[in-house]
Amino acid sequence: MPAAMTTDINLIRNFSIIAHIDHGKSTLADRLIQRCGGLSDREMVEQVLDNMEIERERGITIKAQTVRLEYKAKDGKTYVLNLMDTPGHVDFAYEVSRSLAACEGSLLVVDASQGVEAQTLANVYQAIEHDHVIVPVINKIDLPAADPDRVKLQIEDVIGLDTSQAVLASAKSGIGIDDVLEALVTQLPAPKGDASKPLKAMLVDSWYDPYLGVILLVRVVEGVLKKGMSLRMLAAGNDQTVERVGVFRPKIDYIGELGPGEVGFITAQIKEVAQTRVGDTLVETKHAKDAVPLPGFKEVQSVVFCGLFPVDAADFEKLRESMAKLRLNDASFTYEMETSAALGFGFRCGFLGLLHLEIIQERLSREYDLDLITTAPSVVYHIHLTDGTSMELHNPADMPEVVRIDHIEEPWIEATIFVPDEYLGAVLKLCQDRRGIQKNLSYAGTRAMVVYELPLNEVVFDFYDRLKSISRGYASFDYHQIGHREGDLVKMNLLVNEEPVDALSMIVHRGQAEARGRHMCERMKDLIPRHLFKIPIQAAIGGKVIARETISAMRKDVTAKCYGGDITRKRKLLEKQKEGKKRMRTFGKVEIPQEAFIAALKMGDEK
Amino acid sequence: MACPTAPAPSSNWSMPASDLPGVDGLAVYVHWPFCLSKCPYCDFNSHVRESVDQVRWRTALLADLAHEAMLTPARTVTSIFFGGGTPSLMPPETVAAIIEGVARHWRLAPDAEITLEANPSSVEAARFRAFAGAGVNRVSLGVQALDDASLVQLGRRHDAAEALAALELACGTFDRVSFDLIYARPGQTLAGWRSELARALGFGTGHLSLYQLTIEPQTRFAELYRRGDLVLPDEDLAADLYALTQEMTAAAGLPAYEISNHARPGAESRHNLAYWTYGDYVGIGPGAHGRRGRQATVRLKKPEAWCESVEAHGHGLESETPLDPEACADEALLMGLRLAAGIDKARFRRRTGRALETVVDPAAVRDFTDLGLLIDDPDTLRATPAGLAVLNSLLARLAR
Ligand SMILES: Nc1nc2c(ncn2[C@@H]2O[C@H](COP(=O)(O)OP(=O)(O)OP(=O)(O)O)[C@@H](O)[C@H]2O)c(=O)[nH]1
Ligand SMILES: C[S@@+](CC[C@H](N)C(=O)[O-])C[C@H]1O[C@@H](n2cnc3c(N)ncnc32)[C@H](O)[C@@H]1O
Ligand code: SF4
Ligand SMILES: [Mg+2]
Repeated sequence: MPAAMTTDINLIRNFSIIAHIDHGKSTLADRLIQRCGGLSDREMVEQVLDNMEIERERGITIKAQTVRLEYKAKDGKTYVLNLMDTPGHVDFAYEVSRSLAACEGSLLVVDASQGVEAQTLANVYQAIEHDHVIVPVINKIDLPAADPDRVKLQIEDVIGLDTSQAVLASAKSGIGIDDVLEALVTQLPAPKGDASKPLKAMLVDSWYDPYLGVILLVRVVEGVLKKGMSLRMLAAGNDQTVERVGVFRPKIDYIGELGPGEVGFITAQIKEVAQTRVGDTLVETKHAKDAVPLPGFKEVQSVVFCGLFPVDAADFEKLRESMAKLRLNDASFTYEMETSAALGFGFRCGFLGLLHLEIIQERLSREYDLDLITTAPSVVYHIHLTDGTSMELHNPADMPEVVRIDHIEEPWIEATIFVPDEYLGAVLKLCQDRRGIQKNLSYAGTRAMVVYELPLNEVVFDFYDRLKSISRGYASFDYHQIGHREGDLVKMNLLVNEEPVDALSMIVHRGQAEARGRHMCERMKDLIPRHLFKIPIQAAIGGKVIARETISAMRKDVTAKCYGGDITRKRKLLEKQKEGKKRMRTFGKVEIPQEAFIAALKMGDEK
Repeated sequence: MACPTAPAPSSNWSMPASDLPGVDGLAVYVHWPFCLSKCPYCDFNSHVRESVDQVRWRTALLADLAHEAMLTPARTVTSIFFGGGTPSLMPPETVAAIIEGVARHWRLAPDAEITLEANPSSVEAARFRAFAGAGVNRVSLGVQALDDASLVQLGRRHDAAEALAALELACGTFDRVSFDLIYARPGQTLAGWRSELARALGFGTGHLSLYQLTIEPQTRFAELYRRGDLVLPDEDLAADLYALTQEMTAAAGLPAYEISNHARPGAESRHNLAYWTYGDYVGIGPGAHGRRGRQATVRLKKPEAWCESVEAHGHGLESETPLDPEACADEALLMGLRLAAGIDKARFRRRTGRALETVVDPAAVRDFTDLGLLIDDPDTLRATPAGLAVLNSLLARLAR
């Protein structure tokens, strides 16, 4: 009796919760979990699925999470709901796309006071591409500024979705939760799939768990996945014996098998990162020969690159291992070894954006207890050489000599920005200053939707921060890449105490070089503490200095008071200073704190 | 008012009698932890108590002293220092008993320097005679500032007139007198400090301690500073104030012999020199630190806890930690470089068991000599005046 333990497919509903940042996806997930009895009130915390320390601290979701719930509907039947909470930030769009591939429908959460924002649009279009049935949920109706009717209208106008079935809810106050659940069972289709066919499952996600080892999150498409089965991962090309099969409720629950339409996890003796490939198709080894793989996922393209180096050179191997583990958790992060004159051995790493970079760096230092130096982020340039060949450049330090270069191309993006009328002028100016080309400008109520083409290198560093500050947080932003275009680009070096610091060199547009150079010098002046001698800081293109600042020598730094005989206290202080020295990198004779490397590129209130 | 300069002690301070740990030449520090009120900048081990059982405290201090004496037999005590808190609140009989105790347990050098820290209020000045009678031959007065507004700002209980009267009385009572001022105070200008320091030098004492205000964690000033209600001179003004201080004191014949201490040649505080030259010292009383051989001793900080411990175990020790040569070397380095005369390399080696050259980073020494911050002679290593002003940064790079 094959599918005895699996769930009746007609009673399964698989859905993602998608929205713009902070519109309340994770809070809605909390309420759904609670309502279905997944966790008791005592076990509940706010945004319970955001379980990484860094997610809790920043109040954002980084990693998509899956939970299986049981809901007894008004029709008297008990449904199995597989909920996938997704992140809202543009850097983590890849997490969203994978979740969407494992579901038949989406809850589109829209903040009733803010309305449609850039990521609302980006995510809903992705859901439509996956043929999802979409249920709009107008959230936060408890807020005084909530205007559900206006938001409904906006959804119809801007996205073109029917809102007659939209649910009004407040995830925070628990309003409309039953309506959401009923809408899920009545509006979403059940998955399709035949239990009697050979197994075919999609590898949706994989991560490393310190207790269980590598965990594979799978969606069964056809057939039944059972404990003890021998599986072939088609793309990776290796075989694994299923050791455990389970689901998250959200607590781990081991079950014997997963039938078609079901989402759950398996573990096997997987040690190597390279053995798993997210998006891969899993089949039974014995049927592998004739198996046709599922479409799989689009390869992610790294958008921003930077170098990561251990502060203590002895930590290089530890860094390598930690990166391998982290990559299991996050397939969108790439790395390869690199060496730097100033920093020694490290890795050149690719990320989906600057927030992604920041998060990875922070997770490495926290979860793996590593002290890291981060170098200036860079985008990928195409360098066309005079000999007719071309190369991809991820690292300004690898730039060929100027005489060998015919021309350089840089990546461009199309950016969509939503902004209230009153800040439109400032936003247009920002885009213009960043070499943007306006493509479209339309209105949805009092909010403008602006579409610009922009060079990516003008955006990665601080565009988002600037946008938020000039619009007081009211503008939202999303982008996708649209290819490479030729640009008048030059390599700018930063010299500290007359020595070029390779880790701080960058590629800039000639027209922006002076402003950026001046800004870099000013930032470094703030970030490098005074030394016992004066330190010139220069920005230069080739041999030509285009900006300079000087850090004057320290004049006073001595403890006035003598603590009687308490020398221990002073010695402890000295020992701490010695420790602190390890966090510094010496360039020539100058100690540059590691914060300087990344902070130098986040430009505060320039222009 | 003028203070007669006492005859300089005959011994040459840069060559203290004792070189080897555990041999001769011992300094004794006695901590009196009580004050009438807590000053907002102060993080010394000081406490306000309604009343103090004087007999109990005298007995306890004497017992604590006896314990240390037992562990350091047959030494000559060259200095005693009563510090605080406010030791001028001690009953003179207690001071006398302790000095007698020292003389009984060890050999007390005939020219021993016996200092008492005093607050310059009338109550305390009234006891000066009695302190002198007990054997105190040097006082260090906490004058802190010469105008009433600043004294209020510093939360002091005395006004300027009272402090000057106490100073005058002290000069008439003790062989040697020093006083403390705190400068680089909030709002202080270069011109303001120039005239204040000129007046201070005019009083004619042979010794002056001039401390730049330091914001210490967990004080009232730290809280005000955090809230932005206390604005200190910036680094440049602080540097100018420090430079002016060096210049004026040198011109008046009281050059700095240590970062914050100025004396006519020969009038240096011998007790404090024992710390700076990494000599042995015994520390008794609550929270007192000592260096006994190559051991660091720390006593219980809370007055009551210390007292009870002495009564129960015969001493107030919280810990005795053996120091390895590296730790000794770090200590001798960071103390020794505070002196204008710097570190005597031969003595450094004898005291710590390490050659100075092996504990400092040679590249840093070279860089700092090139920058004119350090002078590395065959016999001594010392910071130049410019180097002294940035000593913490120098040390951070010098120490390995
Ligand atoms: N007033 C009100 N606040 C809500 C409601 N739902 C969520 N919030 C608040 O909105 C903020 C963001 O909620 P989250 O659930 O973390 O939002 P999210 O969409 O998961 O955010 P990301 O995962 O970072 O994209 C939190 O402070 C919530 O408490 C609601 O119905 N009413
Ligand atoms: C042990 S303290 C106090 C002595 C005595 N109780 C008094 O207040 O006069 C010795 C000296 O350190 C100085 N001092 C204390 N705290 C200070 C601070 N935070 N900054 C600078 N100097 C300080 C004062 O000049 C003080 O006189
Ligand atoms: S400065 Fe002197 S009087 Fe004021 S609290 Fe500190 S020790 Fe006591
Ligand atoms: Mg979330």
